Amino acid sequence: MKYILMMGGTKKGWDTFNTWPKKDLQAHIGFMMAFGKELTESGELVAAEGLAPPDQAKVVRAGNNGTPITDGVFPEAKEFLAGYWIVDVESPQRAYEIAGRASAAPGRDGVPMNMPIEVRQVMSGPPEDLL
Amino acid sequence: MSTRLDARAEHLLRELAPKVLGAVVRRFGDFAAAEDAVQEALIAAAMQWPKEGLPGNPRGWLIQVAARRMTDHVRSELARRRRETVAAAEIDLVVPAPGLEPATDQDDTLILIFMCCHPALTPSSAIALTLRAVGGLTTAEIANAFLVPEATMAQRISRAKQSIKASGVPFSMPTSDERAQRLRTVLHVLYLIFNEGYTSSIGPHLQRNELSREAIRLTRAVHNLLPDDGEVAGLLALMLLTDARRAARTGPGGELIPLTDQDRRLWDQREIAEGVALITATLSKGSIGAYQLQAAVAAVHDETPRAEDTDWPQILALYGLLKRMSDNPMVMLNHAIATAMVHGPSAGLALLDELDADGRLSGHHRLDAVRAHLLELAGDHQSAIAHYRTAANRTSSIPERNYLMTQAARLSERATTAPTDT
Repeated sequence: MKYILMMGGTKKGWDTFNTWPKKDLQAHIGFMMAFGKELTESGELVAAEGLAPPDQAKVVRAGNNGTPITDGVFPEAKEFLAGYWIVDVESPQRAYEIAGRASAAPGRDGVPMNMPIEVRQVMSGPPEDLL
Repeated sequence: MSTRLDARAEHLLRELAPKVLGAVVRRFGDFAAAEDAVQEALIAAAMQWPKEGLPGNPRGWLIQVAARRMTDHVRSELARRRRETVAAAEIDLVVPAPGLEPATDQDDTLILIFMCCHPALTPSSAIALTLRAVGGLTTAEIANAFLVPEATMAQRISRAKQSIKASGVPFSMPTSDERAQRLRTVLHVLYLIFNEGYTSSIGPHLQRNELSREAIRLTRAVHNLLPDDGEVAGLLALMLLTDARRAARTGPGGELIPLTDQDRRLWDQREIAEGVALITATLSKGSIGAYQLQAAVAAVHDETPRAEDTDWPQILALYGLLKRMSDNPMVMLNHAIATAMVHGPSAGLALLDELDADGRLSGHHRLDAVRAHLLELAGDHQSAIAHYRTAANRTSSIPERNYLMTQAARLSERATTAPTDT
């Protein structure tokens, strides 16, 4: 069964991330790279992406005449998707376990960040024959 | 000039894969490395044969290429060990495992299937390894079928082989004590491969049809090796009788069509004939098992040209037997449906209450979906709508969710336009 693990963050968090000392940044980046490799090696990784910072984020919706209307400049407190993993695992418990590991990625001074990771099942299950 | 194998050569390659692997394992005694070597030989064949033509002895060609890879592997392994100054245990790399009597290709194929469906493996690992080592599919093809990256699938296969190695299972037939249990695991893995292909062959995932075909091919191979085993025959019949309905089970937009609404003219009569003949011959032999009974149910449906003529009493009797034989809540669910069709919806709903008390299906969308269907038959549309919606929220399949939501919407509209309609 496949799950998506969505890592959230605020604009403020993002801006702070940019100011981390080099050794903390390196530890964090090193953790994320090793984590991705580990998930490939366990035969569970389907996809993983990190997203560009939210400065340029836009929300697009079609207007009544079909022309797109974009929305920008979001409040500081707004939560953004920072990145995600899609994993193919044997049980939901395993997905939570992986999310827990990601949540504990090292932050400032190597202290675990304990970021919230939203875990959702991907609708990839097979349908059964219906009577 | 063609650069792709034609269908005949492809078929030959896939048939030969387990036989070649068996021969290489016997010669070198290292299943994990031999499996890699054979995979490389298969890929080499797929590249060279279209250009150079089929070799005179394809099996010999593959064994030779794989053996060369093995020799390279053994040499580099010895060099590595020498560097690590570990002198001991060198010999096990080059000498076959002890006690291996000469065996036939047939035995090798069977032993391989038993190994790949080893109980120490998770189902997804056993499936991947079986498709590669016995089915001769490439890692890329398997990854594609399961919609995961090739590197992930390669690791899954490699870990499966490590688990088998760690378990210390020799390359030989299971003992007679464990054989029945091991064969059950094999059949379960083959069933899962079939189901994965059959139930997801919808919308953009057409390539997954291949998995069902592959499952049928592998099960047919096991049936040819063990023609007297009723459950192997039963599983093959069940697959054929289910696969026969493939063209009718989805509409033009990929939407699911339930059995009762399918255009039965689209069912594959050739597969039905083969499945019916197989299950009829098998049931007459005696020792009846769960796959045979499920095949018998499928045969009743497949031999009925119009849904309204379905012989539900016979299906109910078959599910009654199944229920006595296995303690599977899905069997209880199907038994409840058949009961409803014979004795009326309230009799079926009463059995669903028993399933609620049993608890194993609690929260499972199938229980809600069946309850919704029976409530609709009973004329309680409001409750049916609620259960269709609950089921829609609980399934992890998009086509199934769409189907269930549409059922709820259909009933709600009827409720507003024709409130007295039952």
